[in-house]
Amino acid sequence: MQAAIPNSGPASKILWAAVSIVGAFCLGVVSLRRGEPINAIWLVAASMAVFAIGYRFYGKFINSRVLQMDASRATPAVLRNDGLDYVPTDKWVVFGHHFAAIAGAGPLVGPVLAAQMGYLPGTLWILFGVVFAGAVQDFMILGISLRRGGRSLGNMLREELGPQAGMVAMFGVLVLMMIVLAVLALVVVKALTHSPWGTFTVACTIPTALLMGVYMRWIRPGRILEVSIIGVLLLLGSIWLGARVAASPTWGPMFNFGPSALAWLLIVYGSCASILPVWLLLAPRDYLSTFLKIGTIALLALGIFLAAPTLQLPAITRFIDGTGPVFQGGLFPFLFITIACGAVSGWHSIIASGTTPKLLDNERSALLVGYGGMLMEAFVAIMALVAAASLHPGVYFAMNSPSALIGTTAQQAATTISQWGFVVTPDQLLQTAKDIGENSILSRAGGAPTLAVGMARILQSIIPGEGMMAFWYHYAILFEALFILTTVDAGTRVGRFMIQEIVGLVHKPWERTDSWVSNLLATAICVSLWGYFLYQGAVDPLGGINTLWPLFGIANQMLAAIALMLATVVVVKLKRQRYVLVPGIPALWLIICTLTAGWEKLSGPISFTGAAQKYAQGLAAGKLLAPAKNMAEMQRIATNNYVDMALTGLFMLLVVVMAMFALRALLQAWRSVSPTAHEEPYVALGSVPG
Amino acid sequence: MTTPLSDKLRTGWKRAVQTARLSCGVPDYDVYVQHLRTHHPEREVPSYEAFFRERQAARYKGGGGRCC
Repeated sequence: MQAAIPNSGPASKILWAAVSIVGAFCLGVVSLRRGEPINAIWLVAASMAVFAIGYRFYGKFINSRVLQMDASRATPAVLRNDGLDYVPTDKWVVFGHHFAAIAGAGPLVGPVLAAQMGYLPGTLWILFGVVFAGAVQDFMILGISLRRGGRSLGNMLREELGPQAGMVAMFGVLVLMMIVLAVLALVVVKALTHSPWGTFTVACTIPTALLMGVYMRWIRPGRILEVSIIGVLLLLGSIWLGARVAASPTWGPMFNFGPSALAWLLIVYGSCASILPVWLLLAPRDYLSTFLKIGTIALLALGIFLAAPTLQLPAITRFIDGTGPVFQGGLFPFLFITIACGAVSGWHSIIASGTTPKLLDNERSALLVGYGGMLMEAFVAIMALVAAASLHPGVYFAMNSPSALIGTTAQQAATTISQWGFVVTPDQLLQTAKDIGENSILSRAGGAPTLAVGMARILQSIIPGEGMMAFWYHYAILFEALFILTTVDAGTRVGRFMIQEIVGLVHKPWERTDSWVSNLLATAICVSLWGYFLYQGAVDPLGGINTLWPLFGIANQMLAAIALMLATVVVVKLKRQRYVLVPGIPALWLIICTLTAGWEKLSGPISFTGAAQKYAQGLAAGKLLAPAKNMAEMQRIATNNYVDMALTGLFMLLVVVMAMFALRALLQAWRSVSPTAHEEPYVALGSVPG
Repeated sequence: MTTPLSDKLRTGWKRAVQTARLSCGVPDYDVYVQHLRTHHPEREVPSYEAFFRERQAARYKGGGGRCC
């Protein structure tokens, strides 16, 4: 077995000492300099140093001591090589694939919302969260799955914690997925509300994808690169055309929709998309979104390095006390709920126990793919934070505060936000809207538009030109909408299969995924589940994100807690309990965060319960409460809050139940004298015929 | 001893294409053909088009999904 920290020569010692000093100095500048704005490069450099040190020391420690990855042991890809799902693959290729699968809208949205507390709290949580929790989760689940034939998270939970635990977790994943789809779709709704330019370009992705699908099916089958280049060119063309459409008095109004109309359009679209053959719509859009995502992340990184923007947002704002307009709740626990992906994301445990473990050619590569892949995602989150923090604070709050707080005109918004201490003039808000080619920037919560403005500013400063800012803004909106809609499509499909599996346990015929009746019914159930929350968010008086994002965060961190509990149990089952704290502390931390956040959402001033009761009492007294315009709306707000309350309670119950299952398995394993984990037997790499 | 630059570029390009395809759920076709030839010589080798269609359909058969 290797030593935890391989012996290193003097040159390497000097190098790492230098990295540590530079990192500590940059982090010091980021954390301690007050009163004068700092350059984003300090933050980027500090992050890179922290990631390098985390990888080199903590990652390697987990690799050799906790997981005891063994370069001589055959991986599932080698043992079950079938040339299709199980294929020994070059580690950098697997790294690219893994990163493309875990990177999504999450790390871009969360940090932008959390910027209301200033850039420092978010930065520190991303940096330390990823090193001690997020990357640990991804890496450990990957390592554990590697020793179990590349089994899925659900399977491993059933095996190690018992069949009931597996069932509970499967149900939890389904509910989480519905919330994820609703929140992400809501981000699109918020970005496209009364934006004919944005709506037109996003709508154009549908015919573009159909065209690509037909091309790839019949004209030039399987030529992904070729068709993707055509697709990207068509999309860029549609951004250019969108400006003309929006300006036209006849065409413009046809693409101008309010939030509830957009929500309905997405619901109808989601139902159709999940029934159409995959090659026609879903697959081509998936290719486009994958390439555009990677390309745009690279472009953003390049932009930040070249433009080196100054962070205009303060390091810490007064909203750490929990009175912020973007989301309610104090620093603890809500910062740790709001930034989920980027610091630690439960969803990754599904990918790390999905295709990735079936591709690794050697256990030695798991550190790079599992731990390293998550560090890359954290870097994306840091870049999103930089993009948001480089905006004028007044513009940031105008874009992210609900209209119930800042009003609906630039005049009202500027007055309110200036009173909060972020002095801004109505002209600045109007000018920003004009620069990006929109009518208004007010109350566009959800992260995407803010990030788009931030990105547009950064990119415009390296590629200047008349109207370029508006182009880049709509490019960024298009790119986010594209991969969110792909997630909605694919998620609806996966959700449908999960519903069929769950109902199939009770009523056999439902399991048949080739039956049209059960397919249509399961799709309808799936779409109405996420559609309900999407519509609720679209008409929500506080703008939806304010209400739904905490629910999403709680659910995602709940899944991360479950994955880390599994890792903890496995470590004990392997009789390596001296390392139990490695996954144990982050698991405990996430349990504490989700339960505290859940509790605050159940009782107290910022709770769903409180809001529901307020409106129910108003209703009983016949008194109209803003922003409801009639009694029916009052009733709807009350009901929605009761539903959210029940859902929060359900998530808390899931966490507690899973913690009890984990504790039971852990105690049993602790008492046992010999290892009890379900690892597959050791096979030497050399003994497998190639 | 050192490999010429053109070889390095060729390998790099191959890896990039392989990564891009894999990110879209399409594994390496040449590797699959090689696998069939060595381990299952009795089976017919599918054309790239047929292989692509089968993989495309398999990617969205449920399970996994993608990240938020």
